[in-house]
Amino acid sequence: MHIEIDEEKCVGGGVCVMAAAAVFDQRDEDGIVVLLDERPSVELHESVREAAMLCPAAAIRVIE
Amino acid sequence: MSGKIERVVVVGASVAGLTAVETLRRQGFDGSISLIGEETYAPYDRPPLSKQILTGTWEIDRITLRDDATLDRLGVDTLFGTRAVSLDPDERSVELSDGEHLRYDGLVIATGVVPRRLPSGHEMAGVYVMRTIDDALGLRTHLLAGRRLVVIGAGILGCEVAAAAQKAGLEVCVVDPAPVPMLRQVGEEIGRHVAALHRDNGVDIRCGIGVRRLMGDRSVTGVELATGEVLDADVVLVAIGGFPATDWLAGSGLTLDDGVVCDSTCRAAPGVYAAGDVARWWHDTLGTYIRVEHRMNATEQAIAAATNLLGADTPFTPVPYFWTDQYETKIQAYGTFPADSTVEIALGDPEEGRFLARYIQEDRVAGVLAWNMPKEVRAERARIGESVENVRL
Repeated sequence: MHIEIDEEKCVGGGVCVMAAAAVFDQRDEDGIVVLLDERPSVELHESVREAAMLCPAAAIRVIE
Repeated sequence: MSGKIERVVVVGASVAGLTAVETLRRQGFDGSISLIGEETYAPYDRPPLSKQILTGTWEIDRITLRDDATLDRLGVDTLFGTRAVSLDPDERSVELSDGEHLRYDGLVIATGVVPRRLPSGHEMAGVYVMRTIDDALGLRTHLLAGRRLVVIGAGILGCEVAAAAQKAGLEVCVVDPAPVPMLRQVGEEIGRHVAALHRDNGVDIRCGIGVRRLMGDRSVTGVELATGEVLDADVVLVAIGGFPATDWLAGSGLTLDDGVVCDSTCRAAPGVYAAGDVARWWHDTLGTYIRVEHRMNATEQAIAAATNLLGADTPFTPVPYFWTDQYETKIQAYGTFPADSTVEIALGDPEEGRFLARYIQEDRVAGVLAWNMPKEVRAERARIGESVENVRL
């Protein structure tokens, strides 16, 4: 699994962090997503898919 | 459940409809799925319409939710540019605008809302509502040539368009009979800060004043207020809310009451579920029927509806969430914001343009609202439902 994020689309909702805190964080100043792990390990995959699906800005792309 | 589900029809091809389809596949459903969409565009994201699309920062390819290859992989029969015109829940059949009848074992209704219009004047050039790509592109073209925009309705949409148009260099006035902008979403106290935000950016906010009519002949020339005053305008956006798109369900026997009425699992009838702006469902935790017109709910409710359609039978009890971006300000809100709640500032200072507010009702936290505090609000969200005493410790 490989993750791409689109910072310009991100609206800082933090939904991805709630779904997969090991993979996503937010910048302090504007809440924009910070990708902690571009290629997360298998046990995180389901939570990453969940994050991508829930993202209210469709800013997370998961390539599998 | 009554028998095996082999055919699912999803009516409405915006984010709720798309998410329902994806959820069905993720859960292993391998039967046929038809996705019916009235618009000719493939599913797209609406929030940027009033922001990046309107200002021209993005073109519409930027808001397409899934590329063609991804849609293909879902194995879904897409019928875009097609309307559902009626439903027969006994026959389990949906009639389409092209005359075809689609049989289903499971149905997801995700038809959204239709913008409300003024009784007259919408036939004039320069008068817009905003819901679709076509609406946004039309308004964008007119804004480029326009000089003065009047926005009727100071809800989230009206406020966002006002901000975008002001940035684009237009003179902007917003009119609303309510005492402050975004009253229904954030209440009077925070609404005053919204008014100040717009005034600081040079937008004329006229709250507490109704609109009598639109002026003009072929093209709009102004807006007459209840006071008799006329505001000049060469572009007008009517943003006075919407009503659930349920006209096609008249006579179906489904309960329609400001939306498709559903139980706590988003079920409207045997095999029939609803999701997104169109659904009014019983929220177990809140103890009331609610309908939520926000982007996040469209996704979450579609996941719930599709999962329950496949037999999970789990109540849908989300913490509602919305956000809005106006100028450089981001407002994010979790929970509910009842008119009778009291607002307390938990962090930051409204005067500095950064704060976090709690909405307290009956000694419990009903909602939290962040104003330029996107990271802090996430922790605060967990406190919704807690008693005030615990939270203040």
